[in-house]
Amino acid sequence: MSKNGWPLYEVFIRTKSGLSHRHAGSVHAADDQMALDAARDTYTRRMEGVSLWVVRSDRIVASDPAENSAFFEPAEDKIYRHPTFYEIPDGVENL
Amino acid sequence: MYTQGLDQKDKARPAAGEETAAQQDAFQARVDAEEKIEPKEWMPAAYRRTLVRQISQHAHSEIIGMQPEGNWLTRAPSLKRKAILLAKVQDEAGHGLYLYSAAETLGVSRDEMVGDLLSGKAKYSSIFNYPTLTWADIGAIGWLVDGAAIMNQIPLCRCSYGPYARAMVRVCKEESFHQRQGFELMLELCRGTGAQKAMAQDALDRWWWPSLMMFGPNDADSKHSAQSMAWKIKRFSNDELRQKFVDVTAPQAEFLGLRIPDDDLAWNAETGHYDFGEIDWSEFHQVLAGNGPCNRERMEKRRAAHDNGAWVREAAEAHAAKRAARDAA
Repeated sequence: MSKNGWPLYEVFIRTKSGLSHRHAGSVHAADDQMALDAARDTYTRRMEGVSLWVVRSDRIVASDPAENSAFFEPAEDKIYRHPTFYEIPDGVENL
Repeated sequence: MYTQGLDQKDKARPAAGEETAAQQDAFQARVDAEEKIEPKEWMPAAYRRTLVRQISQHAHSEIIGMQPEGNWLTRAPSLKRKAILLAKVQDEAGHGLYLYSAAETLGVSRDEMVGDLLSGKAKYSSIFNYPTLTWADIGAIGWLVDGAAIMNQIPLCRCSYGPYARAMVRVCKEESFHQRQGFELMLELCRGTGAQKAMAQDALDRWWWPSLMMFGPNDADSKHSAQSMAWKIKRFSNDELRQKFVDVTAPQAEFLGLRIPDDDLAWNAETGHYDFGEIDWSEFHQVLAGNGPCNRERMEKRRAAHDNGAWVREAAEAHAAKRAARDAA
């Protein structure tokens, strides 16, 4: 077994042109190229992708789920950002 | 599949007091509302421990599960069958990796899990401790073992833990190919010579009961089931899933013209299910305890594979270090 364990990489797949990359899982690899090869062999054995991203997990900056309510609070009370906030009288069309 | 180990004894109980009742109630409410639990969110320690145990055992089963089939790779009867089998064994490795990846999101390291498998501390499904004696066993494994696995894994796609559920969606898609190639292999043998059909029957005779054992102990003897159901890790009981498996498999055996080795197997019009005989649980417990026909061989092979791969891992690390040094220069 490796002494320190190989770094973990998160794998993102674009399933076809026009769609965004989507998280698929993770792989361990000694370096970036190996991570890409391992991700291909692990997650795209059936043509699941046209593009792959791998990124070291420790480079991802993530929000803390425990802080969700405070973190996302600024968006919570701004219902006027949604079209349904506005009342349009019957008879007005194409709005 | 391969989640039998769920029913192993879990000695470490959660330290009371660490978790407030309010936290636990809030968690249960989320689960009850069919919300998915994601990594880094609060969860009871026992929920985390149960998942680590179940997912890692599931992963180990996929990895050890490569061996019985790998046994026939060089002796597949045609290039077509060899290519299929190779793809299937590669899928099993892939399934193991999806699952290790899911388990790691719970805070356990890959090295730790692999270490537990190699040391014998971790369990894997009892089914892989049976030998593959003939080519027909490859068909029986796909048809029965993967069939039982699918039965268990489809509900796991709705498991409350997000990463496990998502991994299972991938696994289930691929598992369907495994089962169908197995059934087709059996069908080819059954439509072949008398000797080929006899080989298929012999494989069914040997794999039927171990396949039923894959669902784990009867509900009355299943220690963790109630809690796992409450947490929506498990959606159906062992006996429910076993019954479903028998109900779908019996007509398939009939189609093949094979006899399921159970004198008590009979359609029950009243219940709308097949009745079937009692499982020999002493055999099940023997295999789980390490005394199945192939337990030692499987572990020896796994350890040898790990040791023999050490130079590859070292070379990859040396290469990565060299490249990093060159890039830095």
